[in-house]
Amino acid sequence: MNVRYWPLIATITIFVVAYALAVMQFPALFSTRVLGNLLTDNAFLGVAAVGMTFVILSGGIDLSVGSVIAFSGVLVAVLISQFGLHPLAAFAITLFVCTCFGSTMGAMIHYLEVPAFIVTLAGMFLARGVTFLLTQDSIPINHAFYDWVRQFYYVMPGGGRITFNGGLMLIVFLVGIVLAHRTRFGSYVYALGGNAQSAALLGVPVARTTIGVYAVSSFLAGLSGIVYSLYTSSGYPLAAVGVELETIAAVVIGGTLLSGGVGFMFGTLIGITIQGMIQTYIVFDGTLSSWWTKIVIGGLLFGFIVMQRVIVAASKRDWRKKPYAQSAPSL
Amino acid sequence: MPEPVLSAAHIDKSFLDNKVLDDVGIDLMPGEIHALLGENGAGKSTLIKILTGAYTHDAGTILLDGKPVHPRDTKHAQEMGVGTVYQEVNLLPNMTVAENLYIGRQPLKFGLVDNRKMERDARALLSRYQLNVDVGSQLDTYSVAVQQIVAIARAVDISGKVLILDEPTASLDQHEVEVLFGILQRLKADGLAIVFITHFLDQVYEIADRATVLRNGRRVGSRAMADLPRMDLVTMMLGHAIADTHALRIGGGRQPGGLFASFKDYALAGKAAPFDLDLHEGEIVGVAGLLGSGRTEMARLLFGIDRPDSGELTVKGKPCKLREPRDAIALGFGFAPEDRKVDGILGDLTVRENIAIALQARQGWTRPLSQKAQVDLADRFVRALDIRTTGIEQPVKFLSGGNQQKVVLARWLATNPKLLILDEPTRGIDVGAHAEIIRMINSLCDQGMSLLVISSELDEIVAYSSRVLVLRDRAISGELRGAHISVGAIVKMIAMQPEVQDA
Repeated sequence: MNVRYWPLIATITIFVVAYALAVMQFPALFSTRVLGNLLTDNAFLGVAAVGMTFVILSGGIDLSVGSVIAFSGVLVAVLISQFGLHPLAAFAITLFVCTCFGSTMGAMIHYLEVPAFIVTLAGMFLARGVTFLLTQDSIPINHAFYDWVRQFYYVMPGGGRITFNGGLMLIVFLVGIVLAHRTRFGSYVYALGGNAQSAALLGVPVARTTIGVYAVSSFLAGLSGIVYSLYTSSGYPLAAVGVELETIAAVVIGGTLLSGGVGFMFGTLIGITIQGMIQTYIVFDGTLSSWWTKIVIGGLLFGFIVMQRVIVAASKRDWRKKPYAQSAPSL
Repeated sequence: MPEPVLSAAHIDKSFLDNKVLDDVGIDLMPGEIHALLGENGAGKSTLIKILTGAYTHDAGTILLDGKPVHPRDTKHAQEMGVGTVYQEVNLLPNMTVAENLYIGRQPLKFGLVDNRKMERDARALLSRYQLNVDVGSQLDTYSVAVQQIVAIARAVDISGKVLILDEPTASLDQHEVEVLFGILQRLKADGLAIVFITHFLDQVYEIADRATVLRNGRRVGSRAMADLPRMDLVTMMLGHAIADTHALRIGGGRQPGGLFASFKDYALAGKAAPFDLDLHEGEIVGVAGLLGSGRTEMARLLFGIDRPDSGELTVKGKPCKLREPRDAIALGFGFAPEDRKVDGILGDLTVRENIAIALQARQGWTRPLSQKAQVDLADRFVRALDIRTTGIEQPVKFLSGGNQQKVVLARWLATNPKLLILDEPTRGIDVGAHAEIIRMINSLCDQGMSLLVISSELDEIVAYSSRVLVLRDRAISGELRGAHISVGAIVKMIAMQPEVQDA
């Protein structure tokens, strides 16, 4: 068994076991209604997590995601409610601005050789600050288009609904999986995360890939902001504080190595589902504090980081440990 | 006589004021394996980087198939036909074998990577190297030898005219080297020009057709291996005329004292073959050998930086264990490493702090040296070793190389060591300081200290050593004592034919 599948298998196992235990306690959890709600409630998180997966696979980090989500939600609200633009036009403008923002961060990371942590930290403050320039308060969105979009849903057997948001997240994950595993861009992302110097020597376009990765991340954060505005029918400058950390948690719990180069997009989907499931469980229980979500996520993160270290150590061991007689040079 | 595939002539290259290549040339014929040899700092890697486009040359011409070329970068050079495989295999350990072979040029189908065709191509490509591996597996599940072959397969597939191998055998075992050489022979038969950089002379004689030797940025010569005796080759590399054996001897008449430390069967896989070493008080043991012969590796073992796989150490008759350098320091060992800029001095700290740090470390942080004690200590050594500095509060990085080396020495002398290991103590320092350091080494020995000195300056080793160990291929290949110590004898021992191979 290839060691790089271990984290993914561990994630899936944890999910199945935890879900089975939860269902034993609350049989009602085993329904498509719960699944549908879970997808809808975590759609914005999932969309942003796809972008974060690319960033982490490339060996980087993007701390600006939460701020960009808030910025996107507020910009959409301002463009629709104050400038009277059609939502589709507002979406296009917002996504374009967000993509440019991400490209700029990527270009700074590559050309100025500043660590991604620093650049995206600056991006985080910048995006949040600009959001507050646009508005201090929550801006409601009342547009027929929003009502029209919300009426789209697919009813699963059992009565659960996959809403527009939930469906969009699944589509984004599908596109993300193809992009990561079946395109040259995807292979470049893995190559960068494996060893940037070797990647350059092998002819990987490092600049283009780095910029692309952060552009994708900010584009998806922008899309996530739109999803969030559909979810809440408003734009709020204090929205999504700390969401970047939740997406990082989902990516790591999904089995992607924080050091980059190893992981699967599908794992992130499981990571998001685990987070959602914990929240649902707490709602069902009714007596637990919602902070238990954070506590469990924290515990899981610790467990996964330890497991990753063990796996990295294990994959290095097999061939380097050789008896002396074999590796001795001519004596 | 066929035309050379690649011909570089009159190549000059300087970094700032430092001329690292001076009128160097090399001709590569199709279907030849050409060894590029030279000691550290000879300019081998600079020349390679120029040929592969990593550096640009200041002057000179590079002809590829008779046409002048100016490789912009590594990728450009690859596309023109010059491929390189580096010692540290530059592949992507986290990706599959097939992806490593085809990244950047994967076959596409409807805009998506056609994994099936890529793996089929990869299998076909590797079968020519008789390498039967699962191309869908992650690269780092295979040994360095397999990775090396994958890297070669990729380089040949992309470039196909010139293949440059930078120390390809450094981390391979005997059998793997043979497999690699089999592949090189086949590629040679296909008409490829292969440049082979190595420190193993036996391998040069086994596989190479011709050799070009560089020394101090100049070309010493290019000769066919068939009429190049080993002695001549070593002399070309080290630059010593064999007749020159009248070097000054001071260490010869010295009588060593009692046994201080005794290493038995010390060994570390891939770094040092098992060796025994006895170090006496009042004795200087010189260690000679070509670069890559395992000199520094030995020093690292003796000082506890690397832990041996096997072996026992007794110090003054008591068994001891070195788990880390702190243990060695506690036993009274000191070590001045080869690259003082990286491993020795703490450039931003002052002369005083640099001198006091080893003594402080030995005392432990619960017993800090007072400021006054540090000043006294620093003053004493600045005077005793004649360290030229504007004051003991000057940062060490502003001192000249020789004075930096003296600061490193002072650091260890402050701990009053019983055994001092010096790795290239005179590298990169001027002539005056050079003589002083040698004088200091001698006087330390006269005071009863045990010293082990590694140096590529054979004259120097001959001058002060009581005994000389000659290393070859990571093992002690011989020892010279007393009147037998001479530059000629050392060179002869380095060049010696290996005995019957029984690896």
